[in-house]
Parts: sequence; C-alpha cells; structure tokens
Amino acid sequence: MNALYAFITVVILYLVVYLGVGRMGLETFFGVVIPYAAIVLFLLGFVFRIFGWARSTVPFRIPTTSGQQKSLSFIKNNNLESPHNTVGVIGRMALEILFFRSLFRNTKAEVKDNERLVYGPDKWLWAGALVFHWSFLVVFVRHYRFFAEPVPGFILGLQSLDGIFQIGVPVVYLTGAALLAGVTFLFLRRVVIPQVRYISLPADYFPLFVIMMIAGSGLLMRHFYKVDIVNVKELAMGLVSFAPSVPEGLGFIFYVHLFFVSVLFAYFPFSKLMHLGGVFLSPTRNLANTNRVKRHINPWNYDVKTHTYEEYEDEFRDVMREAGLPLDKEESVLPLEKE
Amino acid sequence: MSDDLAKKEELAKIDFKPPKKDWTDPTIEFRKGSFNYGSNPKNVEYLDLPYAREFDPRKEDWNLPDNWKEIILEGMRDRLMKYRSFRVFMDICVRCGACADKCHFFLGSGDPKNMPVLRAELLRSVYRRDFSTAGKILGKLAGGRELTPQVLKEWFYYFYQCTECRRCSVFCPYCIDTAEITMMARELLHLVGIGIDWITTPAANCFRTGNHLGIQPHGFKDSVDFAVDDLADLTGIRVEAPVNKKGAEILFVVPSADYFADPHYYGFLGYMALFHEIGLDYTFSTYASEGGNFGLFHSSEMMKRLNAKIYAEARRLGVKWIIGGECGHMWRVLHQYMDTMNGPADFLEEPISPITGTKFENAKCTKMVHICEFTADLIHNNKIKLDPRRNDHWTVTFHDSCNTSRAMGLIEEPRYILRQTCNKFHEMPENTIKEQTFCCGSGSGLGTDENLEMRMRGGFPRASAVKYVHDKHGVNLLTCICAIDKATLTPLMEYWVPEVQVGAVHEMVGNALVMEGETRTTDLRSQPYEREEVERDD
Amino acid sequence: MTDAGKIIAGIVLFLVIVTSPMWYQLVSGSTPGAPKLEMPVDVTDCVEGADYMRAFHMDLLNVWRDDVVREGDRIHVAPDGKEYDKSLSRTCMSCHSNKDAFCDRCHDYAGVKPYCWDCHVEPREQP
Repeated sequence: MNALYAFITVVILYLVVYLGVGRMGLETFFGVVIPYAAIVLFLLGFVFRIFGWARSTVPFRIPTTSGQQKSLSFIKNNNLESPHNTVGVIGRMALEILFFRSLFRNTKAEVKDNERLVYGPDKWLWAGALVFHWSFLVVFVRHYRFFAEPVPGFILGLQSLDGIFQIGVPVVYLTGAALLAGVTFLFLRRVVIPQVRYISLPADYFPLFVIMMIAGSGLLMRHFYKVDIVNVKELAMGLVSFAPSVPEGLGFIFYVHLFFVSVLFAYFPFSKLMHLGGVFLSPTRNLANTNRVKRHINPWNYDVKTHTYEEYEDEFRDVMREAGLPLDKEESVLPLEKE
Repeated sequence: MSDDLAKKEELAKIDFKPPKKDWTDPTIEFRKGSFNYGSNPKNVEYLDLPYAREFDPRKEDWNLPDNWKEIILEGMRDRLMKYRSFRVFMDICVRCGACADKCHFFLGSGDPKNMPVLRAELLRSVYRRDFSTAGKILGKLAGGRELTPQVLKEWFYYFYQCTECRRCSVFCPYCIDTAEITMMARELLHLVGIGIDWITTPAANCFRTGNHLGIQPHGFKDSVDFAVDDLADLTGIRVEAPVNKKGAEILFVVPSADYFADPHYYGFLGYMALFHEIGLDYTFSTYASEGGNFGLFHSSEMMKRLNAKIYAEARRLGVKWIIGGECGHMWRVLHQYMDTMNGPADFLEEPISPITGTKFENAKCTKMVHICEFTADLIHNNKIKLDPRRNDHWTVTFHDSCNTSRAMGLIEEPRYILRQTCNKFHEMPENTIKEQTFCCGSGSGLGTDENLEMRMRGGFPRASAVKYVHDKHGVNLLTCICAIDKATLTPLMEYWVPEVQVGAVHEMVGNALVMEGETRTTDLRSQPYEREEVERDD
Repeated sequence: MTDAGKIIAGIVLFLVIVTSPMWYQLVSGSTPGAPKLEMPVDVTDCVEGADYMRAFHMDLLNVWRDDVVREGDRIHVAPDGKEYDKSLSRTCMSCHSNKDAFCDRCHDYAGVKPYCWDCHVEPREQP
C-alpha cells in the first residue's frame, strides 16, 4: 500500500514533465529553472539540516563499544571497534562509511526444532547496499564530464575503467547497470521480506522509485533513445557558468532524466536520505571510548537535589551508633548515652 | 516461578510473521505477564516528581494531567535540543531492517513492535508529525502519527519492553541506539507521572538509604558481618571488612544485591577473601552502599541524583580511588556518565594498584577501576596463588552483560580471570557473546514477577545459547559480572535450562584462591570441591 | 555547538565538492558553448541526416564495421537513394578530413574516447 502511494507520486511527477516539456514546450523552465531551484534547495536544505543537528548538544560520551577497550597492557585493545584515540575513531568511521562494517556483521536468526535459535550470516543487504551506493557514487562522479571543460583526466580514467569490457557502442558502464540492479534489489527486499515490508513507509519507496527513474532514463538515453550529448553538455556548462541557454533538440527523455534528478536533489534534505550527513554525527560511533581517561563536559549540566551524607547521618545516626559505625557528628539524641 | 506461565515448549513457538494490522494502529492489550505495574505514588512524591498518582496500566483512564500533550511535546522539543543522539536518530533511520532480528524481545515474542526499528518508529512517527516539515504538511502520508492517549499507552508498553541493551546499535549502519530512544521515551512518560514501580521504588530507596533494597546502615553492617562469619566458617580465616572507615586507601562499591541475594553473595565472599589475601586497605560505605543505579532506567536527572553519593562519599572518607564490583548497568553509569555528571574527581588520585604498582591509565580521570581489571592485573603479576582444580566441579561459560560489553568494552578481562581460575571454560556461540551478547531479558528495571512471561521470552536467545553449550560441553555454570543477570538469569535457567546454575566471576576467584592459613574443603557454596558423580569426559 | 570546528569544516568540504564544477569553470576559464567544428566546404549531403548523425553516428559505424567484416556487405544506401562505400576512412574522412577539427573536438568536449583508432590508422593531413 505504501509502495503504491510512492508509485503514484512518481507517476504524477512523470506526468508533470510529460505535460511540461512534451506538451507545453516549457524547455527553459525544466532545463534551467527547476535544476537551479533544486540545487539551491539541496544546498541550503542540507546545510540547514546539518546545523539543526549540530545545534543539539552532546551531553555524554556514549560510544557503542563493539570490541575490547584499552585497559591493561596484556590485553589487546581493538582500536577499530572500541577506539581509544582519534586515529581509531577515524578508522572506525571510515570502515563504516566506506565499507558498511555494521551491515557486514549482519546475521539472520531462525528458530529451529527443539527450541533452538540459530544465526546464519546474512550478507545480502551488505552486498546490495555496497553495490548500490558505490555504483551511485561512480555514476555521479562520471557525470562530471558534462560540467567541466576540459574534462579532467581522472574522469576519463574512471570512465575507461567503468567501461572496461567495451560492450556495445557506446560502451556499457558497469556502474550504470549495477546501480539499476542495486536499486531494484533494495526495492525487492523491501517488498519480499515480510518484516521489512511491514515497517516500510511511502518515504522508503519513493526515493527508490525516483532513482529507478533516473537510472532507467539514463540507460535508455545512453543506449537506446540517444541524445546529442554535445547539446547536453552545452546546457550543463551554461548552468555552471550562470549563462544558461537551452539548446534545441535535447529530447524528451533527457528532460525526464533531468527532472527526476532535480526531484531527488530537492527532496534529499527533507528525507531520510540525509543519512549521508547524519552517519558522521552519531555520538554512539564518532566518539572515542576514552570515558574514564578524559572528562567529557555536558554544557547543560545542572545541580540536582541529592541526599547528602549529613542528611543521611541525621536520619540514621542512632542506628549507626548502635551498629558501631563511625559518625561525623557525635551529637546524640539520647542524652543518657553521654558518659 | 509463576504457575500461570506457559510451558516452555509453548513459549518457544514463535511466529515471526507480522500481523495484517498496520503498525500505526496504537491499540494494545495489556496482557498478564507482559507489563510492569505503575509506580507507587508515595515514592514518586518522595523523589519530588510530578503527577504522583495511583495508576493501573490496564485501566482505560490513566488520569493524565489536562495539558499532558503539551507537556510531552514540550519535553520532546527540549530533549531534541539537549541530545544530538536523539535528534539524529529521529531523522536518519532508513528502515533497512538490519536491527529487526537482533532484539531479544523480538526473537522471543515475534511481536513486530519489538523490532528496534519499529520501537523507535513509535516515537519517530510523533516526531515526524509535530517536528518535521514534511510531516506537518503531509501528515500520515509522511509517516506521521498524532499523539493520543493510546499512543502514550503504547509507548509505556513497548519502551518498558526494551532493556536498553544496545545490541541493535552494533548492527545499525548509523549506530542508532534504541537504548537512547527508550531513555528519552521514559523521561517523557515521567513528565506526566507515568513510570513503573520496580524503577521508582528502588530509586527512592537508594536516594534515602543509599541502596535499592532500602537496607539501612545497621542492616548493611549486619550483612557484612554475616559474610565475615560465613567466610570464617568456610575458610577458617576471619577477614577484616571495614565499613565507613575514613582514610582507607580504596572505597569499594558494589551493587546491593551482592550482599543480599543469591548467587551474588558467593561473589561477594570472593571479593572479601581476595582483598584479605592481598592485604588491601579498603572500606565499604553504608551511604554509598549501591553501585547500581536505577536512575539510569528513569531519567538522566535521577541517575545523577543517585550517582552523586559515590564521589561525595569518596571525598568524605578521604580515599585515594575507587573500585567497583560486578554489575552491568552500574558500570554504564560509572564509565559513561559519572565523571561528566558528578566530576571532576580532582580530590582523588590516579589509581595505582598498591599490590602490583600498575597504573590504571584507562581510569586516570574517573578514578574508578572495575574489579575485573583489578583482579586480572593481580593474576597477571602473580600476586595471588590460584588452584583452578577447586573449580573442577564447574564447567563454566561466561555471559557478557550488555553494558560492560557494549558501553565499556570490558570483554577480555573477565575471560582472562576465568581461564586462570577454572579448568573447564567454554564459550557460547560467537553471535551470542562479547559485543553481540544477548541480554538476560530483564535489564533496565524490567525484572519483576508480573512481567515474567516477557522476561522468559526476552531471555530465550540467551537461554538457547546456554543450552547449546550445556548439551555440547556439559556446561553447568553460567558466570556473569552483573547483579541483574545473577538475579534474573537464575529463574531464566530454571525455566529453559534447569541443569545450569548461575555464578559470579569472583566466586570462581574466591574458590580458586589459595589463602594463607586456610582450612577449607568446600567451595563458597559449601559444596565439596570434587563432586561424587562421574565427570563426563571432554 | 559541540564539535563546531569539525562540523563546519565538513560542511565547507561538502559545499566545495558539490559546487566544484563552478570553481573548475572559474579556474579553467573555458567559454561555455559547444565547440565549433570544421565542416566540409563544398559538400552538403551525408550518408544520413545531420540530427541522426549527431546522436547515432557511433551506431552506424558499428553496424558498418560488422557488415563489412562479417557479411562482406560494403554498400550503404542513403535516404536520398545515393550509394556510399561503408568506410570510415574512405567515405567519412573524405569529407570530414580533419580528425582534430571534427571528430576530436566533440569527443574531447564530451569526454568520449572512441576506440575507432585502436585499429584504423589516423589519416594524416595532406602536406
């Protein structure tokens, strides 16, 4: 049901670009105005969200330790899972951000006969997520060729690596196919696994559909309904140099691609996609496990009402004396005991 | 054990298939055995907390204050500014579901709202509706839910079905820690006077008498004296156990169950025997007679109020530094909160073991050392004589408690001690120990009799792993370093794996310890060292 | 603000990366707009229409290659009925004789590295 809501939204968005470009000929609006608006919204929104998080304080040092602490000399510390210094924290964060360390740990639990719980490794989510995110990154970076003149050497290198099998003309980029496969996998697991389907919101399906549209239209444009990419670059360079001009004959499919990219950019800061920024800010991971070594300051630490020892002794002085416990104040409630 | 509890064969039939009903429907049934009773208003008042009243979760009307919604939303706003963790965790979950089958309550109950992701969504849906742009505009379509009394009841039910064990956060790509979210939810509920008695009453006791059990100073002294007598009977040696002694070198703080409950008590005897043997100049305190801190399960303010007595007492007694006993959540507070809340402890000295001269660099600021760190160091430096054969009647495994493993990283120290004090030590499967350890199912104040079914369910993954090593290696003792574990793993084992008993790591130390001048033939439980029955060959 | 320095540095880095095409454009100083091509002087018709050729020339050449090498089919019939020899060097390059000023300008501009010249010998300018 929630998938349907997201799907309908994507269909409506498609109709918007279809009517706008295909019927009404609003090329400038969809080629210039919307992309600019989207990127502005993306940048401002992103920064705004990060500052929103940054404004909240980190009162306590609460790393989740996933390994041995640094304590005694003869016990080996696991600096990547329970870091005791900045190098360890950077390593831990890098492992997570670049290689999805935590998902690599993933297991699947099953109840077997005789009340037995068993755990098998479950690396599918890890592999799928890795394929999806890395191919998306490479695809994103490859598009730099449309935004930079002359095209930097490393982009050309990346392209030839990505197209190393030289299948077809123009060559098939592995990451293009991988991205579509990755996003499809993420969608399918959301629909197929009952628990994941149960927790999925429209906001979980929507970006997947948008990315499917982007990847699909991109692949179509490269391999089937070809567009004149010199024109595409002309548009892109115009946008980058703030002298936008819309060349003739870019083709409808290009506008579909551009529009959904714009939708993704504009939607990004207001959605869960902000995990891109948020992953850096989890106090449970980005802090070192140096709790007892270095004092962490809570900026809003305030005095609280406690039960002081004086109050405590006042309340229990008699029984304490009787039990032979030392007292701070010897004043007695029973004057007879004075000898 | 309650008679109403289903047979374990029944309880182990777990259906993981989510129901047809959409999760956004907050209706729940307060089923017997799966929730905790409300706070005793007397103790809510004693702690100066608002809206003290009798309240029974099963009743339709919870007598909420008129402006309860305002209070909750205002409380959320406040906490979103105070805790970056809370704000970030509300925003960035992608609902990948990696956490789903990592929660012991989900594994034991199959209830989808016990998946950490969905537990958080209970709060997140309200956050989305009232604090996010998309939710304000799109409402339900953006996954928003209106805060209603029914939602509040749902929070009460499910945030008291989370033991704040942090296992989910180990598997989460963003390290989203449900413990953090549960803490926030419980704080919010306290703002309108909703809490459970098994947390509020121990907190009130601890505030007044210095320990959760409400034991007054003379009672504490009696317990210690009783232990000294017991130890004399067992070993022929009468140890010194000073209480409230000014000028001692070290203050020793234990969870109160150590001197009052079984099997904690054998570990307590172990500490005392050990300290006697190495001639440690230490003292107990009646005022700080509790290391555990049920404030952690209540609110950060309550945690601070209860924790304050430890540093205050260390200062009053003029000790140099502090050792803490075997307890899980106590160490979460000591390791991650105490210094920030009630420090700096600049009146203490950097801890140095008076026996080995080892500097505990890892505790140089907080100045509090875990007993396992202290003992492991003694053993490593050959300062005590151990005869592990005295533990040969035990085939031992070790249960990491949630907090020492995932909020501290104290993983190898107790294992080092066990390997030196026991000949027969076997690990449970790797997915169930160390940083992936399973909770006992009764932590964070949920260890009540009325909640027994949920405890047995939540403890099922742990029990299942114990059963595995029992069947495979003949394990008959589950050791641990947590007072709640010792209290609640005992009934858990009785239910799921009755052949296995529960013990303390320092019970093993106490058994193996060769004391000068001792005359002993039994272990600390008065059992002969070697059992009559034929040992199975490994 | 806790960790203000690190967060601000992170945001600046993020902004620089996302807007880098702008800075690149400023630094390289290249003029936007498509490259100007050197067109044949006296010929106006081609094997296919200009729009088609702009987008699909690589497909056409690919098909030509297969036709010639595998099928021995060397004749291309243009939409206007004219027949051409299916040959990159003899047909295409006879009009578009300057590879640098025709092929490469667009290819370089769009960052395309065709593998035509892995096998074909690049025609030299007449001295």
